[in-house]
Amino acid sequence: MFSYIIRRLLYTVPIVFGVMLITFLLFNIVRGDITDQIAGKEASAETRAEIKKEYGLDKPLFFNTEHKVFSKQFWDSQFFNHLLAAATFDFGYSYNDREAIWDKIKRGAGPSLALTAPMLVGEVSISIILALVVAYFRGRWIDNLTVLICIVGMSLPFLSFILFGQYFLAFKWGLFPVYFWPDLSVWQYTLLPTFIGIAAGLGSNLRFYRAVMLDELGNDYVRTAFAKGLSPAKVLFKHVLKNAMIPIITQVVLAIPFLFLGSLLLERFFGIPGLGYLMIDAIGARDFKVINAMVYISAILFVVFNLITDICYAIVDPRISFK
Amino acid sequence: MAEERLQLEPIEGRSLWSDGIRKLKRRKLAVICFWIIMLYVAVACYVQAAQWSGDYWPANWDVSTGEKYESPSWKNFCGTDIFGYSILRKVVYGTKISLKVAFFASIISLLIGIPLGATAGYFGGLVDEIITWVYSTLSSIPYILLILAFALVLKDKTFMGAKLAGATTVYLAIGLTSWVDICRLIRGEVLKHKQKEYVFAARSYGCSNLRIIFVHLLPNFFHIVIISFSLRFMSFIHAEVILSFLGLGEKNSPSWGAMIDSARLDLPKGYWWEMTAATLAILVISLALNIFGDALRDSLDPKLKAKG
Repeated sequence: MFSYIIRRLLYTVPIVFGVMLITFLLFNIVRGDITDQIAGKEASAETRAEIKKEYGLDKPLFFNTEHKVFSKQFWDSQFFNHLLAAATFDFGYSYNDREAIWDKIKRGAGPSLALTAPMLVGEVSISIILALVVAYFRGRWIDNLTVLICIVGMSLPFLSFILFGQYFLAFKWGLFPVYFWPDLSVWQYTLLPTFIGIAAGLGSNLRFYRAVMLDELGNDYVRTAFAKGLSPAKVLFKHVLKNAMIPIITQVVLAIPFLFLGSLLLERFFGIPGLGYLMIDAIGARDFKVINAMVYISAILFVVFNLITDICYAIVDPRISFK
Repeated sequence: MAEERLQLEPIEGRSLWSDGIRKLKRRKLAVICFWIIMLYVAVACYVQAAQWSGDYWPANWDVSTGEKYESPSWKNFCGTDIFGYSILRKVVYGTKISLKVAFFASIISLLIGIPLGATAGYFGGLVDEIITWVYSTLSSIPYILLILAFALVLKDKTFMGAKLAGATTVYLAIGLTSWVDICRLIRGEVLKHKQKEYVFAARSYGCSNLRIIFVHLLPNFFHIVIISFSLRFMSFIHAEVILSFLGLGEKNSPSWGAMIDSARLDLPKGYWWEMTAATLAILVISLALNIFGDALRDSLDPKLKAKG
């Protein structure tokens, strides 16, 4: 058990290194020199040199040939600085407003979670309940109709959900506030985006859980339970639900790192000052440092939660071993 | 006698494909969806041809056909936008951009995913470790964030003399990030198949590895690739919409995402037609792809289960 955890832990090391490498390739090599962007076109040579020095852009990418010793060549390079910054979670300052990126992220995490956490809970619970009911009525009109609605829901672009939802529910009928306003309480301004997010994601979730439940319903224990004379509600919500827990938990745990990301589009439309909004701002301003930090943090979260799920599995089911 | 025997009609064998197509034809809805997809493809080809051969309809979408914000009428079937441009022309023109992006993104991800997946599965060892490492790394970054990062970095770069802009950036970003799933799929299939007798037989004939992979192995599970792509095409179209909406896509021509972006401000004023037209265009092709993809999966590979 212990050795499994250690090996699984070691397995994440190359992945984390890979993420560091990819972010470096993308944001330091492919993107090219960003001195112009920071300094402006008319900056003097001294200013440019100063900026380059401040952001460490004056150093070579991988190996600094000024030094004689190989290890020193590596330490004094942009890549090593990138690794160091990533490993210590020190992402520096935003190019544009020179605010520490950590402060930005800390500020945005709250509003993002306030939006996405209820969204996940609502989406999962609604789609599991519906999936159980629909799977029970497999092949009947209620099942066919639900599957059809799911497909339509999956086919509609997310943007249309947001725009039409915001237009009708908030703007036209005035049921919800249209936009974020600091005086409003949290639940007031996140209610409509949460609702829209659930509606947009319901189609694919419901189809997934329906397939899971259909798998379970074919098992012998279900037939036994019905034969004992249990009510359908008891069979579905007690027996089937319990046995379907493993795919459900996997799905939910792996969705948790995405909660932190917030919802790019929902936050943009409803003016929620979360991490999605931060990302959109950074894209508009081409602030690569912020995007780099977000990519890195979300990948790390994903790796960590993956690790947690695997270890939980190993604890629950001792048959699972590495590979 | 021998001649007589030769004239006997051979028993008609059914290949996987002819069997699948026969099953598919029995599903009326799937056939309708197939023709809807073909219609979209034809429209896209027509727009491209019209654009090459001059200012024919609807390549002349940037000519005003009426007052601004005309509601739908017989003259302007889908109404007009703020500049008096015909929405119908814009939607038809957007078809070309969306399909082009989804098509090239598919090609790129197939061209990367299939060789990498086949190599990893077939040769195993260190090559496998490296390729698995690359795609596990890529798949640990949230998909939408990865596409955004790629699109943002590639935007306005020059590559081999050509400036990357608009639709090119979008399909490069989607293609370079979405090969991961196809690679994983192919690797798994190759691993499953490479211990089978027909592969040993091919090797004993002296076939090269390349020939075994592409001539013997790949045709045996290529239908899985097709199925996965018919379902993934939709997500490419939706990704294009989001990227264009965020300003990372086509700037000077009306893609569906750009239309939704410009309609965003018109909707509260009550000008609903541009938004509705773009939404419907996306909805219809997505529905058709979804239903057709499901039917294709059921008729080509009944063992595959619905995954969400």
